[in-house]
Amino acid sequence: MSLDPATVRRIARLARIRVEEAQLVPLGHELSGILNWIEQLNEVNIDGVEPLTGAANMALRLRPDVVSDGGDVEGVLANAPDRAGSFYAVPKVVE
Amino acid sequence: MVFDLTLAEARAGLRRRDFSSRELTSAFNGAIAALNPTLNAFITTTPELALQQADAADVALARGEHGPLTGIPLAIKDLFCTKGIRTTAGSRILDHFVPPYESTVSANLLRDGAVFLGKANLDEFAMGSSNITSAYGPVVSPWTRNGDNRPLVPGGSSGGSAAAVAARLALGATATDTGGSIRQPASFCGIVGIKPTYGRCSRWGIVAFASSLDQAGPVARTVEDCAIMLQSMSGFDAKDSTSADLPVPDFQAACKRGVKGLRIGVPREYRSDDMPPEIETMWQQGLAWLREQGAEIVDVTLPHTKYGLATYYIVAPAEASSNLARYDGVRFSSRTDGADLNELYENTRGAGFGPEVKRRIMIGTYVLSAGYYDAYYLRAQKIRALILKDFTDVFQTVDALVTPTAPSAAFAQGEKMDDPIKMYFNDVFTVPANMSGIPGISVPAGLDAQGLPLGLQVLGRPFDEETVFAVGAAIERAAGFTAVPGMRAGAGA
Repeated sequence: MSLDPATVRRIARLARIRVEEAQLVPLGHELSGILNWIEQLNEVNIDGVEPLTGAANMALRLRPDVVSDGGDVEGVLANAPDRAGSFYAVPKVVE
Repeated sequence: MVFDLTLAEARAGLRRRDFSSRELTSAFNGAIAALNPTLNAFITTTPELALQQADAADVALARGEHGPLTGIPLAIKDLFCTKGIRTTAGSRILDHFVPPYESTVSANLLRDGAVFLGKANLDEFAMGSSNITSAYGPVVSPWTRNGDNRPLVPGGSSGGSAAAVAARLALGATATDTGGSIRQPASFCGIVGIKPTYGRCSRWGIVAFASSLDQAGPVARTVEDCAIMLQSMSGFDAKDSTSADLPVPDFQAACKRGVKGLRIGVPREYRSDDMPPEIETMWQQGLAWLREQGAEIVDVTLPHTKYGLATYYIVAPAEASSNLARYDGVRFSSRTDGADLNELYENTRGAGFGPEVKRRIMIGTYVLSAGYYDAYYLRAQKIRALILKDFTDVFQTVDALVTPTAPSAAFAQGEKMDDPIKMYFNDVFTVPANMSGIPGISVPAGLDAQGLPLGLQVLGRPFDEETVFAVGAAIERAAGFTAVPGMRAGAGA
């Protein structure tokens, strides 16, 4: 299997990572190398095996659905590259 | 010379008032200023803050009100959020990120009186085995091969933490381990590092890589020092939904238990024809030491070992692609502008992430994309269940497993760099513990013919770090590892 440039472009788009046109072919080779190596897992018999989602099969705890923290607008926005008042600022998305 | 003290010895010296924390901290600040330009073990140093913390520690010590780590200077991997101190995760995309909160693990250390010298370098987002992928430049190992001055890698991803401790720029350091990132650099740098059981240390405030695998732990120069640090770092935290609500045992006491009557398993799948003979010899030596101390050595089988690494390279990138989606140029740090929102995201992430991080995000995105989920991610989760079952089965008959930590000693910068899969094989012996959540320690056991350290790994049952410490300490006692790297504080000019 080898990922063609159109597939690499689609993955990059899904991942929201800009990839230069000239990089599509070499990146396709790198990703294909890894995916082909992973293909070895097809030889494992997984019939009837339940998937393990996390280490040690632990059950997640529940907690009361109440506010436990917050009210710190300045702390939250302190690392924003752009802000307007109490909000994050982004390029215009609605005309 | 304070630099040759272990953490436990320095702690005793502080309590006896042989020296003050200010004197100790000043010495480490000076050593970092002298050696960090060469080693690049720290991304950010905080010498003045460290002295303030040291002064507070000296006041507490004078009153006899000390905590378990009062006045002890440590390095903090730059993956742990530290309130008011820049935290980069080794990435350009977090170049200006200053957390408004403290991670639970680092908060626990501060609660116990520790002094923080600075933020240790790491592979970008902890993705790497050589510290080459850091956006802040590679860490140089304080070790060199005999008669060869080429810079070596310290291992990764906790390479800055391991190099700092090995070069005596800190008495211990925090680290994290997603596929081997505590144990492999500990092995490469001739120090001790333990990845505890998944859930033992809170993940809250640690920049996430692969949430079902990430686990914090310490690196230090001795097994006992790691036990002292892990004691402070561990404990239940309601802010991490996978934190284990279990009592934390006395790890330091466990180091003295001995191994008499323990059954130690030797997994035959960890033996391969390409393993350097020196590593095989060291492994046999380690088993002989344990036998001499009263342990019984038995051969065991972990049949799915060979699939661990490939499974890891589905699970970890899949989780990373999800976790790293938050770096969007809107909420944190750097932004590269674009005409619309999608272009802003793409430009920000294209400029902010390095090649290895992009590669893993894209692999993760692909294996989770429509039509491929069952073939990759679901299959990987099922094989993960088989890997856990292998361990569950062997721990019915043995108390711990002993293996080499890594398939080689440290390599030079530039070696193994041409093919990502070759680099991934560094973690072949460490990844299964992450897949199954079990604890593992790396202890230095000897030097190879080129004068570089080699580590042995001890794996134990879930939440049985005590046996891991007991076996690790037994190996440490027998090995009598006293070799030191050429570049270290107190080594003279």
